[in-house]
Amino acid sequence: MSAPATERGPRRLSRAQRATILTGIVSIVVLIVVLQLWLLTATMDAYLGGELGVAAPALGASLVCFLLVAGLLRYVYRLDRR
Amino acid sequence: MSRRDPEELTIAPDGRPWADQPKWRRDFPIDVPEDDYVARREFIKFLALTSFAFVAGQAWILAKSLFGRRTGFRRAPVARLSELPVGASLQFDYPGAGEPKLLVRLGPREVVAFDARCTHLSCPVFPQVDEGRFYCPCHQGFFDLTSGRPLAGPPTRPLPRVELELDGDEIFARGVERRMT
Repeated sequence: MSAPATERGPRRLSRAQRATILTGIVSIVVLIVVLQLWLLTATMDAYLGGELGVAAPALGASLVCFLLVAGLLRYVYRLDRR
Repeated sequence: MSRRDPEELTIAPDGRPWADQPKWRRDFPIDVPEDDYVARREFIKFLALTSFAFVAGQAWILAKSLFGRRTGFRRAPVARLSELPVGASLQFDYPGAGEPKLLVRLGPREVVAFDARCTHLSCPVFPQVDEGRFYCPCHQGFFDLTSGRPLAGPPTRPLPRVELELDGDEIFARGVERRMT
């Protein structure tokens, strides 16, 4: 949800507000990265066990996770400019 | 020139507002609240890089699955039954050099062969025929002698099994089967 607009444009967030948002983003990103780590170890285990069909869907899932992280990072850059 | 931010606690040596300072100074602030903010922001960047590294790792596994797959094992003589007493074992390389396997004779016409490297961290495993198991001394891993399945310790995957063929007195290897269970 965007900040309420005024005559001068969007309200500028205070540093404390931005820091709180960053803390939330860090929590989400950590969860996603841990999920990716689990995915990588499970895929490696399957590959070493001769299960070759797991690699492609696991790559897709990991890519989706990365895109989510990249989107959040983009939001952080935009937050910096506010 | 930017208007000075009321949240700025420290004045830079040149007196200019924080927004006009060079990037290196903005990345290493003196104010504690600003330093906290920058630290969190940089941590997110680091995690994004880690996330990308995981994707690269997944892509590497996929590439290995698609292009590094070995197809078609050659039939290779391993040993002669007459040279291997019951209960004895023999190490051989199959399908190529540097891929050690262990052949164990369990009975008069019963032989098994497995990869000689533990599926935990690739330490060499040793047959303990009397106990009916393979033993990995690195982390106390045990595998069943007849099936290669893990019995105890850190390994979770069974030892890859070598497909064998008995042709008279001769033992041939025909392939290697990697398994999850």
